[in-house]
Order: sequence, then structure tokens, then C-alpha cells
Amino acid sequence: MTTTLKSVDAVVIGLGWTGSILSMELASSGLSVVALERGAYRDTSPDWTYPRAADELKYGIRGELFQRLSKDTVTIRHAIDGTAVPYRQLNAFLLPNNVGGAGVHWNGQHYRPSPEDLKFYSHNVERYGAKFLPEDMTIQDYDVTYDELEPYLDQFERLCGTSGQAGNIGGKIIAGGNPFEGPRSRGYPTPPLPDTEGALRFAAAAKQLGYSPFPQPAANCSQPWTNPYGVRLGPCNLCGYCERYGCYLYSKASPQTTILPALLQKSNFEMRTHSTVTKINMSADGKRATGVTYVDAAGREVIQPADLVILSSFQINNVRLLLLSGIGKPYDPRTGTGVIGKNFAYQMMSESALFFDKDAAINPFIGAGAGGQQIIDEFNADHFDHAPHGFVGGGYILGGTTGGRPLQQLNVPPGTPAWGAKWKKAAKETYLHSTRVQTHASVMSYRDAYVDLDPTYRNALGQPLARITFDWHENEYRMTRFVTDRALEIVAKMNPKSHTVTMRRPGDRFNTRQYQTTHITGGAITGANPQTSAVNRYCQSWDVSNLFVFGASAFPQNLGYNPTGLIGGLTYMGAHAIREQYLKSPGPLVSA
Amino acid sequence: MPDKKILKNRRLFLQQALAAVPGITLLGMTGHQSLFASTAWAAPGQQTPYRPTFFTAAEWMFINAAADRLIPSNEDGPGAVELGVPEFIDRQMESGYGHGEFWYMSGPFVTDVDFTLGYQLQFTPREFYRTAIADIDQACVNMHGHVFAGLDAATQDSVLEKLQAGALTLAHIAKPAEFFIQLLANTKEGYFSDPMYGGNRHMGSWKMIGFPGARADFADWMLQPGRVYPLGPVSIQGEKA
Repeated sequence: MTTTLKSVDAVVIGLGWTGSILSMELASSGLSVVALERGAYRDTSPDWTYPRAADELKYGIRGELFQRLSKDTVTIRHAIDGTAVPYRQLNAFLLPNNVGGAGVHWNGQHYRPSPEDLKFYSHNVERYGAKFLPEDMTIQDYDVTYDELEPYLDQFERLCGTSGQAGNIGGKIIAGGNPFEGPRSRGYPTPPLPDTEGALRFAAAAKQLGYSPFPQPAANCSQPWTNPYGVRLGPCNLCGYCERYGCYLYSKASPQTTILPALLQKSNFEMRTHSTVTKINMSADGKRATGVTYVDAAGREVIQPADLVILSSFQINNVRLLLLSGIGKPYDPRTGTGVIGKNFAYQMMSESALFFDKDAAINPFIGAGAGGQQIIDEFNADHFDHAPHGFVGGGYILGGTTGGRPLQQLNVPPGTPAWGAKWKKAAKETYLHSTRVQTHASVMSYRDAYVDLDPTYRNALGQPLARITFDWHENEYRMTRFVTDRALEIVAKMNPKSHTVTMRRPGDRFNTRQYQTTHITGGAITGANPQTSAVNRYCQSWDVSNLFVFGASAFPQNLGYNPTGLIGGLTYMGAHAIREQYLKSPGPLVSA
Repeated sequence: MPDKKILKNRRLFLQQALAAVPGITLLGMTGHQSLFASTAWAAPGQQTPYRPTFFTAAEWMFINAAADRLIPSNEDGPGAVELGVPEFIDRQMESGYGHGEFWYMSGPFVTDVDFTLGYQLQFTPREFYRTAIADIDQACVNMHGHVFAGLDAATQDSVLEKLQAGALTLAHIAKPAEFFIQLLANTKEGYFSDPMYGGNRHMGSWKMIGFPGARADFADWMLQPGRVYPLGPVSIQGEKA
């Protein structure tokens, strides 16, 4: 028995960052808004209070805040002729769940894209020629320039109270910031957090090599900040429990600390938790979304009609729901046609753990998810001449630690066994004197990297799992070798007693057991052409004009930076277009 | 080497541990002395031994012996048994985690795929321990004439090394190295996680490495990079050191 409810102006699928922003912006415009969240309601109090928040087993290892894979997961294979198997344990990337989504358990590493990231295909072709790109690389441009996006990137930073040091305001380069960033209209809301010892050592070495280190921009507030919605954040104390954890201090920007306190007071907004959307319903002619079907906490099927549908769940779930709903043409890797599922991408990291003498008090447990660390950006995006190197893309190099939680963040010197007396001795002797240098880098999109529905495996509701087909390509092996070598030069200048190197080398397969980043992207990409993209510049579906799809699913390829800043900017730009244009005249905002 | 007093305490600890398990017997083991020598000691007057809920007597022997090899007690600091890691693992087996709540456990189970595609066996953690321990003990009997707990430390280490390398054939487990990954992960979890879960007794591992545990507030020290942090650990339930 399916219940059909009274129609609302807008239904929002998933109440993470993008769903919370859209709910707030639409409810503020007077629309009746219902947000459907498959997970539970969670908040700083009572869920992440001190000291219960400082529980590495519960949050860091078991993953209390993540999707329970027993209920739902994805399948993964390396190649289009392979058999995909389920992602049975969370390792390589995390899948969020609950109100706030990944916005609760991110690190707060809050970047803007470089201007060329948004025109990545045409920029590279213009500078290096079309033949510089491998034949199977399918990178594309966004249909928005950095300057057009800047006000919305700024808006998201104001929302978050982000701490950092500007490097370019209105074209004027400012010492101590990132000299490679695009021109900003103004600086960060709050100043940088203090540097940790590991970051200071990294920055000193980077300077000796002629680089321009700067504090990592951090949605970890450094001072009290009241955002434009009137929600107040407090300063971070570098507690060391950030990524994978809820913030007990109201310092890390999340929907809970920046939007929900204002949103939940609105009488025209309703949040329904434990409500899993199974389908976006369509009109008979397939041109219009009529609302959604969901399964509620009691297992009942409910239809929520709506004039406007906002798809704002995590990247992979956005793509799967489009495929399950039959919206847009599914991508076919053999012909290269179709758009839904196209251009899945990930990121590629490398890492070095450094070990110093016993007189070096690194105190690795003092750290924030983002603040307190130092960055160099010389080898990211197209900040350097790629012509001699034979690859496109790159990454930033990061020095410092986000915490010293012993299960996840205790490193031992190279050659140490994984267990036994020697391991214990190494752990004891090096823990306090160790820090980390990492690279965090781009992955291009390719013809054979995509998402579709798995033919075999199903979730707890009986729906097919999303199937990811992905492996590394030559461009990325070259990229990581080059950027990692630059990082190792800094490591050498830091002069540790010993150091480890973890990187992906030619022939290494994509390893679902090794955590790198949670930044999986693509599958419902944005662009200028409905033949090659799923959504337009405002993240509006080309096929169904009353459907908008927000999140990293819109990225045509993955950039070297963490994605959340760009997601926030695209989301605010889309929300602005809905408010100022779409609501006055519903229909396509860009003519196809 | 531990002094005589410590060795005496270790024997006392093991006797207590075994006394807690109904029907436990060391008959048929030739490695009694080495078993005593390789099991961690208890502080004098320590609490009554933990009684396992999930593990059988034979499994409990295995878990104690294996944990003691993975993180042994010595002059560098406490070992896994001393810090209650077996208790931790037993309690985890009774949790949602032990029952497989965190893992996707629907079939079909395809085990002949590349290692990089992750864990693909059909066992929840509970089922994994139950199956693997019986298989490992049987393999040890076949190779060395005794179950794992009855072997001397060097032989135990060689069995664990084989298991780690996937070179130990187990009757019911397609990928034996997966069990080593599981066992080592759970052992380190019990060693380093908050004491409220049953391991890391009195924050022994945190004190050893210098981790301040649940302090999670460095407002006073974040402006003093490079200076030794002066405070010892605290636990979630308020234990201080």
C-alpha cells in the first residue's frame, strides 16, 4: 500500500551540504520544502559531546557516521570486461550517511579551484596542443568561469567561517598566501590557525627550496564567527579528532554548525529522517519530475509529489538514483555515448612519514583536520609547465598532521615489521617524533571509467548497487611520480633520520583496501552540451528541467584540491539561479 | 629479561585466566613451560580474570597465545594480553561489528579476484574467528603435533608469519591471509582504543607511546610548537595518568 502525500513546492533528496544549502535558500524564498534523509538526525549535542567524541574505535575505525555497508554499498571492478565484486568493507573511500552527510566527518580542507581547473580541456589544448592528451582521456570544461563562480565560492567560505590567508585579492599578490590562487574579492573570514610543529618544519624546508608555503585553508574556525544565516561557530583547539568525527567544539563547518539551526526554525521546512528515496517519479512524457517515492522508517512506501526536485545525496547515490529512475541516457563506454555514469574519477595521493631524533617534540596529536598545516601549490593544476613531463594535472603538497590517533595515524620507520616486539619498540620510540608529508592530486576522466547499475548485487531494499569501473592510467602514474619527487625533495631538506614512501607505481591497480580520499566524482557531469553532460552550468538536468543535481557528481574530472569548496560554489550558483530565474519562469535555464 | 617476580606473576595470571574457563585443559600439550613463559603477567592483586562470552575454551587459548605473540610483553612496555586485548576481541564479537553489521555480507562470494578488490569471504567477524581458529589449530596439530597455544614462541611466530604470507593452508578458508589481517587489526584495536572497550587496560599503550588519549584540547599548547607536551593521558570514562 503506497501512501501519496500532499504536494510540496520542493523536495530535497539527502540533507548533507548541498541539500542543506538548497533547503535553506528555497525555504527562505517562501517555498514549502521537504528534505528526505535516509539516515538519522545527528547533532553536536548529544552525539558528539566531549569526551565521547574522542573515540577512535567508534568513529575512526568502525565508522559510526558512515553508511552501513550491510544495508547498501557499491561494486567495483578494474575494467569494463571484468566482474565487479562488492565493496564489503569501507577502506579506500568512505560513504556518508545521516543528516549533515560527509559535511559532518570531513576534515574541513577548504579550497577553491584554480581558474584553469574550470576550463581544463580547452586550457590544456590551448597550451600544449590536442595531441598532448591521451586518446582515451575524456576531460571536459565546466560551463562557468572562475570569475563567474567567485561570488559563490566566497559565499560558501562566509557560511563556513573558513580560516586562511589570502594570496590574491583582486589580482594583487599577498605574501604568505597562495600566489597561484585565482583573484579573490576579499580575504578569508577568519585568520589561519597556528602552525603545528610538523607544518613549521615542512614550511621551512619548502622555503629553502624557493617555494611559497601557506597555511592550508581550513573550515576549522580560528575565531568566533557568526555567518550570514546568523549561526555562530567557535574557535578550534586542534583537538586531533577531525576527519571521521563530529566536532565537539562547533568549530568545524558542517550543516549542523552553519545552516540547520536556522533552517530547522522555518515553518515551511520539514525534515524527514530514515526516509530512503528509491525513485524520482516522472510524468508520462518523461519531461517532468513529479516528485519522489521513498521508504519511510516503518518500511512503508510513500510518494511525495513536488514541483521541484533537488537531488543532493552523495556523488555515487546521485548517479544511481538517476539510473534507477531512467532519467538521462546511460553512458556506454564502448561507444562513448550517453551521459549518466560518465567520467567517474577519484584522486591520487602519496605519502611520506618522517622520523626525527628524540629531541624533536612533534606532538602529532595536536592537529586539526585542515588548520595548522602548510601547503605548497607550485605543482598543482597548471601552475607549472607540463610540456617536458608528458602528463596533465597535478596536486598540492601538504606538511603536518591532522592528529596522532594511534590506530590510524601511528607510523613506524621503513623496514619495521607489522607486529611483534620490533614493531612495538618502533611505535614507542618514534610516535612523538614523527610527522607527515603528503601529495593530494588530480585524476583525469577516461572513456573506461564510469558508473552503471550492477547486474548481480542488490541493497537491503532490493535495488541494484551502483557499479564502479575504475583503474589508474599512465597520465596519473607520471603525475604522481613527478609531484611525489618534488615532495621527497622537501622531505630530504627536512632532514629526518628516516622516512617512508607510499605511492602508486606503474602497474599498481586501484586498491580498494587503501584509504586515499573520499573524493569520488563524476557520473552526472556539468557542461555546455547536453550530448556530453548531464546537467547545465546551474546543475539543472538537461532532460528534466525541474530536477537539479548537486554535488561532486557534477565534476567532469577530478581536480587536485579537495572538492568541497567547489561543490559549495556550484551549489550556491545553482541556488541563486533557481531563486532569481527559475522560480520566476520555470523551465530550462540554458537552452540546449 | 623479566625478573623472577614478574615471571611468577605471569604464571599466576595464566593460572587465573585458565581457571576462568570451564573445562580447559593443557593435556596433550608439550609446550606448558613455554606457554607460561609467553603469556603476559598480571599486576599483583589484579581483578578477577575475564570470562569469555563468545570464545570457547580452545579459542580463548588461541586468542591469548596469538595476541601475546603479535604484541608481546617485554621491557619496552605492556603486551596485548597484559592490556586485555583478548577481552576486547571477545566483547567485539558480541557487538554489531562482530555480527557483520558494518560489512556487506550478501552473495555471491567471488574469492578468486585480485587482492586489491578487497575482502570477499563469506564470514562475519564471529564466523571468521570460529572457522579460522579451528583450522589453524588443526594445521598446527598436523605440522607440529600440537594446537597453536601449545607451541613454543618461535614456532608460533613461524605459524603467524606463514598465515600472514598466505602460505598456511586452511581447510575452510580460501584466503588464509585475510584472517591474519583481521586478527592483527583487532589486536591493535584492543591495544590502542579507549579502555572502556576492554583493552588498553589503564591506558597502558597510550602511556607507552606518549599519546594523551581523550584530552582532545590543545588550546594551551598549540602556540608552543616543538615543546614537550607535559600531560599524561585521560580516558573517556575519566581515568587519568
